[in-house]
Amino acid sequence: MAPRPRGATEPAAERELLSAGDVARTIARMAHQIIEKTALGAEGTPPPVLLGIPTRGAPLAARLAERISEFSGVEVPVGALDVTLYRDDLRRRPTRPLQESQLPGGGIQDRVVVLVDDVLFSGRTIRAALDALRDHGRPTAVQLAVLVDRGHRELPIRADYVGKNVPTSRSEAVSVLLTETDGRDAVLLGVRA
Amino acid sequence: MRHLLGTEGLDVDIATAVLDTADELKRTLLGREVRKLPTLRGRTVVSLFYENSTRTRVSFEIAGKWMSADVVNVSASSSSVGKGESLRDTALTLAAAGADCVVVRHPASGAAHRLAGWLEDNGTSVVNAGDGTHEHPTQALLDAATLRERLGGLAGRRVAIVGDVLHSRVARSNVHLLTTLGAEVVLIAPPTLLPVGVGAWPVTVSHDLDAELPAVDAVMMLRVQAERMHGGFFPSAREYSIAYGLSEARQRLLSEHAVVLHPGPMLRGMEIASSVADAASAAITEQVRNGVHVRMAVLYHLLAGDNTAGAADAATATRTHGGEA
Repeated sequence: MAPRPRGATEPAAERELLSAGDVARTIARMAHQIIEKTALGAEGTPPPVLLGIPTRGAPLAARLAERISEFSGVEVPVGALDVTLYRDDLRRRPTRPLQESQLPGGGIQDRVVVLVDDVLFSGRTIRAALDALRDHGRPTAVQLAVLVDRGHRELPIRADYVGKNVPTSRSEAVSVLLTETDGRDAVLLGVRA
Repeated sequence: MRHLLGTEGLDVDIATAVLDTADELKRTLLGREVRKLPTLRGRTVVSLFYENSTRTRVSFEIAGKWMSADVVNVSASSSSVGKGESLRDTALTLAAAGADCVVVRHPASGAAHRLAGWLEDNGTSVVNAGDGTHEHPTQALLDAATLRERLGGLAGRRVAIVGDVLHSRVARSNVHLLTTLGAEVVLIAPPTLLPVGVGAWPVTVSHDLDAELPAVDAVMMLRVQAERMHGGFFPSAREYSIAYGLSEARQRLLSEHAVVLHPGPMLRGMEIASSVADAASAAITEQVRNGVHVRMAVLYHLLAGDNTAGAADAATATRTHGGEA
């Protein structure tokens, strides 16, 4: 049997925080915010590069890019950035398989990069992503977009675009489900396994 | 995965995980100015070589350095081994000095297994970088990586291994790994250069290179290991070359997509014609390039995670990490 994703719980203990419709609306709103904050379409401003952090950040980035081009008519480059090799907790867990990194052809040098992830929690994934980015080039700015911010930061990191703020206790678990990886869209709150 | 001692009995999921990791590392590093990852920072890898080697040793050293591990090279000729220190004492010294992983090459078959036994209590991982005529698992993994890249996969593919199978650890490791990954292997060698008991291996055996070449997807030439030969295994180098060398004429028998491999060092003109070794169908430099990524992947699977609980097999490791972290 495939192991459950970390933080996932038994279905009986889960409560739906966002439905499929809520997820779609949230992504649309975040797309508008990214267009506004990055002055997308303004003359002389190259579009930002969206980089999703696997597993679920990658499809989220692709959906945001789709919405952004739909709303603004500008195609934004989108890619995936696996941060496993940069994590500071590798030695505390069994070896994890690497996931695919795919940087857009133009690279990230002198571009605004928007990192995209599903849940923002301790901030350590994002710290690893910042380290990974540094090895790929020097962006002019790095922003962060997350579908859910559940708090409990262990590092001074905050998101620029938040789909939903969910105050949680540490004993709770937030699971983001996406059609691409889980067969349906939803955000669930449960008890940590 | 605690040690990598051979490909015999290596789980298909673990082998695939290592190859997938190597692919991903290659993609990750492609075209980057900074070819260094912080993953193994603070880990120490010692390469302990009792035999001469260029590519394996350099490859492990580069792999370790690109993963930010500290790499220390010890060669038997310039260490206390020259004063008569035993393998066991040398290994325990290295472990006591803080080695997290010992990469060992030794002329005796089974040396890596013995070493792993002695180091069991120290938590030090052992990688077999060639033990006598027994196994050379990372070479087989890099061959498999190269074939996967060139042929798109190994299941159902037919691979010929040609030459000195008797003395070849590369051949042994490849037979196990390639068959585990679903390929069909045919060994082509003079009867004197085939090991006793080859009938029990999961391979077919042939002595006729010309007859086999048209049907294979890859041909892996082996080095004739003169240093391990203490007798007449074949009449002369010229006769060997005529019967088992990959000449230009023989290359024309191969199908268009067929890949030519050689673990090196090559005896040009005898085992393989110079023009064949330099042709587009030959993947010999790609083998070396992939060797670095494969060894990075091996070090990653041995050293990056918490492998102390025995729950660290790549196959059983958590395959997905949701967004929370």
